[in-house]
Amino acid sequence: MSDSLIDITNVTNPVEPFLRTDRMPHIWCPGCGIGTTVNSFARALIESKIDLGSLALVSGIGCTGRVAGYVKLDSFHTTHGRAIPFATGLKLANPKLNVVVYSGDGDLSAIGGNHLIHAARRNIDLKVICVNNLIYAMTGGQTAPTTPNHSTTSTNPYGTFEPSFNLPHLVEAAGAVYVARWTTFHVRQLSRSISEAFKKKGFSFIEVISPCPTLYQRRNKLGDGLETMKYYKEKSKVRNGCPTSEVGLSMTGEIVVGKFVDRDRPDYQTMMRGQYQESLGEKFVEQDEQEVPVCS
Amino acid sequence: MKADPRGVLTGTHFIDGDHACCEGALAAGARFAAGYPITPSTEVVERFASRVPRVGGTFIQMEDELAASITLQGAVWGGAKAFTVTSGPGFSLMMEHIGYAAMTETPCVFVDVQRGGPSTGLPTLPAQADMMQARWGSHGDYEIIALCPNSPQECFDLTIKAFNLAEEFRVPVMFMMDEVVGHMTEKVIIPPADQIEVVPRKHTRKSVEEYLPYGTNGDQVPEMAHAGEGYNFHVTGLTHDEHGYPNMTPAVQDKLVRRLQNKIRDAADRIAMFEEEQLDGADVVVVSYGITSRVAQRAIGVAREMGLHVGKLRLITAWPFPEKKIRELATKVKAFVVPELNLGQMVHEVERAAAGNAKTFPVSHAGGGVHKPEDILKVIVEASRCQIV
Amino acid sequence: MAKGRVSIVVEHCKSCGYCVEFCPSHVLALSSAFNSKGYHPPHVVHPEKCSGCDLCGMYCPDFAIFATKNAVPKDGDK
Repeated sequence: MSDSLIDITNVTNPVEPFLRTDRMPHIWCPGCGIGTTVNSFARALIESKIDLGSLALVSGIGCTGRVAGYVKLDSFHTTHGRAIPFATGLKLANPKLNVVVYSGDGDLSAIGGNHLIHAARRNIDLKVICVNNLIYAMTGGQTAPTTPNHSTTSTNPYGTFEPSFNLPHLVEAAGAVYVARWTTFHVRQLSRSISEAFKKKGFSFIEVISPCPTLYQRRNKLGDGLETMKYYKEKSKVRNGCPTSEVGLSMTGEIVVGKFVDRDRPDYQTMMRGQYQESLGEKFVEQDEQEVPVCS
Repeated sequence: MKADPRGVLTGTHFIDGDHACCEGALAAGARFAAGYPITPSTEVVERFASRVPRVGGTFIQMEDELAASITLQGAVWGGAKAFTVTSGPGFSLMMEHIGYAAMTETPCVFVDVQRGGPSTGLPTLPAQADMMQARWGSHGDYEIIALCPNSPQECFDLTIKAFNLAEEFRVPVMFMMDEVVGHMTEKVIIPPADQIEVVPRKHTRKSVEEYLPYGTNGDQVPEMAHAGEGYNFHVTGLTHDEHGYPNMTPAVQDKLVRRLQNKIRDAADRIAMFEEEQLDGADVVVVSYGITSRVAQRAIGVAREMGLHVGKLRLITAWPFPEKKIRELATKVKAFVVPELNLGQMVHEVERAAAGNAKTFPVSHAGGGVHKPEDILKVIVEASRCQIV
Repeated sequence: MAKGRVSIVVEHCKSCGYCVEFCPSHVLALSSAFNSKGYHPPHVVHPEKCSGCDLCGMYCPDFAIFATKNAVPKDGDK
């Protein structure tokens, strides 16, 4: 039996076309889950065969915010908490764009909280990937609205005493049409959710629980990235359709994951045009399509 | 290129400054605004909200000024000309994003219809106390351009100029109105579209492989691309190199921030606009802007009738400050009189540029109303009598 | 012959251990070698068990490993 030679010069990482390889290796810590989420994201792009030319990615500030700098797409690293309004402007000016917001829990739910709820209320057609590592990582491990109660952080050195946000519940109440949560252990399900969100028109929110081994896990003596991933594997329960009021998180308790909300309602631009057409009739003038300039 | 006639409301109108500003924006090609209500600026976007669905474009009222000031920038990168309007408290909230626009070289216009401050201050009454804030309000080293209209007609004409400067220099332009100019109603003539010059987006024609988002070809303003065109560019507020990639070293910082500064400063003479009158042979020059310039005009008239040699320099661009002009004048005149609706802001620039060669007399007013001509006249007379040491 | 093979970008690895842990066929283990940053990259200890499922690639936060399926030999496998 002949042993066929394997061509090793022609193999590339399937996600390489989506990465700015000239900027690798990235700055994220060993065991940080953000890179894993980017992997899932890239695979969702491959699977959903999305036109990359019309995809734009907007991030805020923080470790997850750095994703924008590593993906080979039209990408915008904006200000803290304001990825969603920037993305809104992008989408409204060029409705043909597929706009992804990729940011962290502190960025999206603390300083960005107001914009999160209004965009969900309005059902702006955005796909929001919220990497939730339960902490403000980039700045050294401060308390976030998502930090589980009784955790130790740098700004709560004696332990937090605030209840934390249940993000799926918050965004569902605000009006999101697609709400899911996975962990970085659930790589395939995460990719699938992202692909589903791409098919959805309206405000989609996918929360990904991710380790921050250097800060959150270390300060709370929860082990390293690998131990955290094992915890995700062991303690997460897939409950698709679970009422979001029941998916709150704690430091070492159960993690409810799954697709919680998948509903339909008209997105912002559909409602806007509908209203103008009804009120103005023939006088309504559609926004010009963006002209693509001549380039070789 | 000429203005798009769909946005030009050609004709003779009787409208206030806020409304004229909106028409100027439409004539300049603005098809996106994001706003948040704040007196006395709200009418600008209220009119835009009414006009733009009939012209073709979008207005969105955002949940706060923090959102409005960056939503418009998303729209710019999506291909539109965009602006927002606000007043003092909102202007303060927008500062971070003015810095972001300067750093990412996002061409856009921020309209500030100044009112009494600080804090909530006098929502329905004028001031000119945001002038330094317009220049220095955001953190870090950056440059902006600021224009000061003094009539509803100028609110129309200069808004177009503001957009043109924004596109030419890829910089946020501050349009510094005040509550009186914003709410005064006067004749505004809007010419036919083919008589209005607009500057198009400085869009690259390079191929995807060749294009460098923040590279310059000899001039100091990079070419732009929009999202969705296949360039796969990266934009960040972090200190970045020509690729747009974060590159946080002193060398890259020096190169970037100096270019952001020099692209405006090197063109300061070209950008500077002012109105001058009887500067030759003047003993005293009154330097003013906005509504105060109209009160000053009366005071100057009376002073001349009294036999005093008074020149007028009205700042149309407040920033970059016309240093060269003041420096030259300072060697020829005895004094500058600088009336402002604040406790002294642009007067410090005048004094600095005069470099001791002429005296500088402020005519301050805490805001809430306008000067009386007599207040300015009194100081003109005093300035005329001063001795240069 | 194995159904798949693993490629490892040694210099990008940060030794998080995800690939080792989550490979369903236990193909990998962390090596005792160091890359230039001082991390122990994984190495393939059971190449014959690799199915090319690419779970290692999906988990890797550093894009430092991926698996590909081998082409089926044309002369059959007897």
